[in-house]
Amino acid sequence: MSQDNILLRVEKLTKHFPITRGIVIQKQVGAVQAVDKVSFFVREGETLGLVGESGCGKSTTGRTILQLYRPTSGKVYFRDQDLTQLEGEDLRHMRRNMQIIFQDPYASLNPRMSVGDIVAEPLEVHRIGTRKEQRERVKELLNLVGLNPYFINRYPHEFSGGQRQRIGIARALALNPEFIVCDEPISALDVSIQAQVVNLLEELQEQFGLTYLFIAHDLSMVRHISNRIAVMYLGKVVELAERNELYANPLHPYTQALLSAVPVPDPVVERQRQRIILQGDVPSPVNPPAGCRFHPRCPLAQEICSQEEPEWREIAPDHWVACHLV
Amino acid sequence: MAVAELPQEQTLVRKQRSLWEESFIRLIRNKVAVVSLLFVFVLAFVAAFANYVAPYDYAEQDLMANNSVPKWMLVILPANAENYVRITDKYPLGADHLGRDILSRVIYGARVSLSFAVVASMVSLIIGTLYGTISGYVGGRADDVMMRIVDFLYAFPFLVVVILLQTYFKALGRASGMTGFGAKLLEINDSMGGMLFLFIAIGLINWIGMARIARGQVLSYKRKEFVEAAHAVGASNSRIIIKHLLPNIIGPLVVAETLAIPGYIFTEAFLSFIGLGVNPPTPSWGIMISEAVPALRSYPNQVLVPAVFLSLTTLAFNFLGDGLRDALDPRMKQ
Repeated sequence: MSQDNILLRVEKLTKHFPITRGIVIQKQVGAVQAVDKVSFFVREGETLGLVGESGCGKSTTGRTILQLYRPTSGKVYFRDQDLTQLEGEDLRHMRRNMQIIFQDPYASLNPRMSVGDIVAEPLEVHRIGTRKEQRERVKELLNLVGLNPYFINRYPHEFSGGQRQRIGIARALALNPEFIVCDEPISALDVSIQAQVVNLLEELQEQFGLTYLFIAHDLSMVRHISNRIAVMYLGKVVELAERNELYANPLHPYTQALLSAVPVPDPVVERQRQRIILQGDVPSPVNPPAGCRFHPRCPLAQEICSQEEPEWREIAPDHWVACHLV
Repeated sequence: MAVAELPQEQTLVRKQRSLWEESFIRLIRNKVAVVSLLFVFVLAFVAAFANYVAPYDYAEQDLMANNSVPKWMLVILPANAENYVRITDKYPLGADHLGRDILSRVIYGARVSLSFAVVASMVSLIIGTLYGTISGYVGGRADDVMMRIVDFLYAFPFLVVVILLQTYFKALGRASGMTGFGAKLLEINDSMGGMLFLFIAIGLINWIGMARIARGQVLSYKRKEFVEAAHAVGASNSRIIIKHLLPNIIGPLVVAETLAIPGYIFTEAFLSFIGLGVNPPTPSWGIMISEAVPALRSYPNQVLVPAVFLSLTTLAFNFLGDGLRDALDPRMKQ
């Protein structure tokens, strides 16, 4: 594993949500294996794209990294500090370095708080500056995300989706974090606004040297913004590579199928494009298939795939994949 | 250092309003609600300053003038009333069978009814919100246990419990030899005309519904992304509850509580009516009605006056609750 400026290292991160039966006396009858033994790292200043279909555990991974959900097992190292071991005040202190931008700009802002209070909340919680200094900082942040500082006393319902997302970004930036999880920050926006928000995120990254974990399902957008891309399927990361490498040379059959679904804006190429249509549905994460989780739908599946779980290995420099056949 | 290309001009200059302010404006525009609010305010004022407003004391008797009515009131009395009724203008709404001024008693009775409405709703709002919020926020097993307790309490027929409690308290009052805390409570209760135990009995029961509403509201908000954002920032649980959850859930709770007030007033009237409410001679609308019922045929005014006040107050709180609901419900926003 290359050790150059790794900011965040995730090792065998697992998050299972228990399913319980019974009232008062509860009995665990199963678990939704939302994220299962996921390992990867994020380098300082890069954007790691995390793609996969709905329900594959992308958001859970992001939230478990930030300890918004406590992991079932596994480690998350942020600059060699294991976040999973932190509690209380230490964890709170670490949160200054990591923030999150949410998908739904309508649900992510408290409708009862003014923009000024929303953006100032991180400062208040961490007791940074006087009330007046906080106001100044909020104005600065609003300016930074392209909002008029004059809006400081307005309330979320007075803004459009794109503007609300900018407010969310300003809040995430308030503490000068190094690492931001972008949890599908553009999926809920109009296409015209998406570009604006993505550009804003890129410019902020350049300006402050931010590191992003960019969760999305829009493959072309992920390709545009990411340095490296990780592909998830049913709670597992199946492939991770530098973005051009991944698009040019996808090794995992699932990645191949996923990428073949991207339309090409060229009618000649588009006409010849071969789509790999996967059969069946995604199995339930409550009872995932044994061996490779993709094997029931994999066009190339063999005997071994249903028996042994494929190892997560680096097949070429910086190209990781979990598949028996490569 | 703006990085995005959003226009910076200040074209939209209008007054900035929080959701609370907008709700208030919506409430003010609702005429029925405003009239109800005014009625409640006037009633509250009159009740608070009953000593100055009421022409007589509630227990002051003029036995020579019992069952008397002013002349104009003959319209609501039976046709042959002139034959038996005593007509005097001393009492604006007449006097009851013990010669006490009905108007003064209605005014003092408003004090009982309103303080009952305020205390019962406050007690149930505070206990219910606290209980429900904690239950919903903590979740898991604690939530299960807390809600099962609520279910258990809910299973008791409400009126029966209140009646039993009141009977028990009244029996305590008669039993002698109480010392310490119990004696102190009895003393306070007597000085309040029997209202303290009524408060306790109702307070013990009514928070249950509020707790359920509060819990439901908390459950629907605690998974919202803005709460998660607060977690991500490192906000403490108490901060999240106070700053993020309570302001969002308080609206429906206040509406539910306002709509429950008529119920409290009725309960008090009902308990007083069957003799388990406040102690005579403390006037309450329920007691007044109850005392006047035997002579309903001959002196319907003695029932009508408190009944009208009771109905108007109930209606006012209902309209006010409806208005509040319309004003606070964001879905009603155009």
